[in-house]
Amino acid sequence: MRIKSQRDFFAGVLFSAFGVAFAWGATTYTVGSGARMGPGYFPLIVGVLIAIMGAAITLKALVVETADGEPVGRIAWRPLFFIIGANLLFGVLLGGLPGIGLPPMGLIVAIYALTFVAGLAGDRFSFKASAVLATLLAIGSYVAFVLALKLQFPVWPTFIA
Amino acid sequence: MDLISNLATGFGVAFTLQNLAYAFVGCLLGTLIGVLPGIGPVATIAMLLPATYALPPVSALIMLAGIYYGAQYGGSTTAILVNLPGESSSVVTVIDGYQMARRGRAGPALAAAGLGSFFAGCVGTIILAAFAPPLTELAFKFGPAEYFSLMVLGLIGAVVLASGSLLKAITMILLGLALGLVGTDVNSGVARYSFDIPELTDGIGFIAIAMGVFGYGEIIGNLSTPEESREVFTSKIKGLWPTKDDFKRMTPAVLRGTALGSALGILPGGGALLASFASYTMEKRSRLKPGEVPFGQGNIRGVAGPESANNAGAQTSFIPLLTLGIPPNPVMALMVGAMTIHNIQPGPQVMTANPELFWGLIASMWIGNLMLIVLNLPMIGIWIKLLSIPYKWLFPAIVLFCAIGVYSENNNTFDVWMVAIFGVVGYVFLKLKCEPAPLLLGFILGPMMEENLRRALLLSRGDWSVLVTRPISLGLIIAAALLLVIVLLPSVKAKREEAFVEE
Repeated sequence: MRIKSQRDFFAGVLFSAFGVAFAWGATTYTVGSGARMGPGYFPLIVGVLIAIMGAAITLKALVVETADGEPVGRIAWRPLFFIIGANLLFGVLLGGLPGIGLPPMGLIVAIYALTFVAGLAGDRFSFKASAVLATLLAIGSYVAFVLALKLQFPVWPTFIA
Repeated sequence: MDLISNLATGFGVAFTLQNLAYAFVGCLLGTLIGVLPGIGPVATIAMLLPATYALPPVSALIMLAGIYYGAQYGGSTTAILVNLPGESSSVVTVIDGYQMARRGRAGPALAAAGLGSFFAGCVGTIILAAFAPPLTELAFKFGPAEYFSLMVLGLIGAVVLASGSLLKAITMILLGLALGLVGTDVNSGVARYSFDIPELTDGIGFIAIAMGVFGYGEIIGNLSTPEESREVFTSKIKGLWPTKDDFKRMTPAVLRGTALGSALGILPGGGALLASFASYTMEKRSRLKPGEVPFGQGNIRGVAGPESANNAGAQTSFIPLLTLGIPPNPVMALMVGAMTIHNIQPGPQVMTANPELFWGLIASMWIGNLMLIVLNLPMIGIWIKLLSIPYKWLFPAIVLFCAIGVYSENNNTFDVWMVAIFGVVGYVFLKLKCEPAPLLLGFILGPMMEENLRRALLLSRGDWSVLVTRPISLGLIIAAALLLVIVLLPSVKAKREEAFVEE
C-alpha cells in the first residue's frame, strides 16, 4: 500500500503511539468508575481518543489521494541542533550542572554562549558580529531584567560573586 | 440607569492619580516588553506579575490589565514588523500586516491596528459593563455539567476556525488536554505522568510549551528556508498615517471585526483567537473593491478587521472570567493567578462582594485603551526602526528572550530543558503541518474539564446522560455538534480551506 500523504501518515502514527502510551500510563493509576472517577479515568479517555484519532489520520493518509504526496521534506538539522543546543547550553551555564560538578556560571557567560551557538544556526556565521551582538544583549538584559525588573538571576559565576 | 451609575463608580475608582499612574506604567511596560519578538502577552504578564504583588488589589489588577493591553498591542506591532506572531491571536495579522510592512506601509498597518483596537476596546468595555450583571445571574444556574459542555463548545469552536485539517486540529486539542493532565491530581494527590521528576508534579509550564512550540519551532523553520526565499524587509517607509482610501476600506472591517469579536470573546476557549480568525475569514470572503490589494499581499482590511476583533474579544473575554470564574484563555488564566494572590476568588460573587474592584477594573480597561493609542501612535517611528534589524541579529535575541522568559517563570533551569523539548516538538508539528494553537487551549482547559466532568458525574452517580438532560448543558452540546456539522458540510469545508490557503 502506498502512502498518499507522508505528513499525515507520520502525524497519525505519532499521535497513535502517544495515545496508546498515554492510555497505558493511565491504567497504572486508579481508574475508578464514572461516579467515582479515579486519577486514571479522564486520562484513559483522552489517551484512547488520541489513539483513535491518530489511527483515523493514518488511514486517511493511506486512502485519500493528494496532489504531491505531501512530503515531510528535508529536516533542517543544522538550525535544529544549534538553536536547541544554544538553549540547553544557556540553562547549563546559568544554573550549573551539579551532576558533572559545573558551578553556575551566571547570566552574562550564558548570554555569550547562547549568542555564539545560536549564531551557528544561520547560514553565515561571523565571529565579530556574534561578539558584538552578545555584548549588546548582555548589557541590555542586565539593565532590563536585573536592574529594572529585578528578576532573580545569578549574574556572575559563583566563584567570583 | 444602573449601567451609568455602575460605570460612574468604576471611573471614580480608576480616575485617582495613583490608579491612573499604575495604568500608565502597566501600558508602557507591557508595550515595551510585548514588542520584543518572541515575547507575547502571556510571557510579559508572567514576567511582570511579581511587580504587582506589593500593590493594593484594585491597583494591581488595573496595572495588570494595562500590561495585558500593552503587551497585546506590542504583540501586533511585532507581528506586523517582524513577521512573528507574539501570540496566537495575531497569527492572522501577520499575513497581511507583514506584507504591508514589506511594501513600505508599516505605518498605516500599525495605525489601522491601533485605531481599530481602540474602537473595539471602547465597544467591548460597554458590552462588558452591560452584559456582566445578567450573565452573573445566569452563572449561578451553571452546574459542573454546564461548565463541561461550555468548555467542549469552546474547544470545538477553536477547532472550526483553525487552519488545516480538522482531524489533526481535534487531535491537537486532545493532545493539549493530555499534556494539561500532567502533574498532581487535585483530587487524589497522585502525581500523574511525572516520571518521578519533582518539577513535573506541578505540571508542565504553560510558558515552556508556548515558547518552545511557537518561538523555537518557528525560528528553526525560518532558518531552514534559504536566505533568498526568506522574507526580506524593504527599508522604505512612506507615510505613517493611513490614506483616505485606507480609512474607507478599514472602517467597515473594523465594525465587522468589533461585532464578531464582542460576540465570540464571550466563548471560553480563546475568544480573541477565534474572533481574529473569524474576522479574517469574513474579510477574505467579501468581494474586493476595484483597485484593492488582494488578501495575503497586504490588504489593510486583513489587519484592521482581525486586530479589532481580537481586541473586542480580549475585552469581552473578561466576561466568562468575572462572571463564571473560568479563564477563557491563557492570559486570563494568569489573571486568575493574580487575583488569587490578592485573595480574590474569581467568580460570580466578585461583582457583589467587590463592586469597586469589578467596576474599577472595567473602567480602567477603557482608560488603558486610550493611553495606548496616545502612547503608541506617536512612537510608531521607534517601532519601525526595528524593521532595519536583519534576522541574523534578531533570532539569537529571540532565543535568548525565550530562554530568559522561561527561566524567570520559576527561577528554575528545569523549564529551560522543557522549552528545548517543546522546541523540537514544535518543529515536528511544523513539518507535519499540525496547527499548534488548539493544543495550547486544550492544555489550559484540560484540568478544568476533568474537574467539572468529575463533579458532574459524581452528582449524577456516574450517569453520562446528565450532560444532555440538563437544558443549558444540552443547548451547549447541540451548539458544539452543530458547529462540527456545519464545517463538515462540503460547501463550507471548501470555503474554509480556501480561506486558509497560504499565498
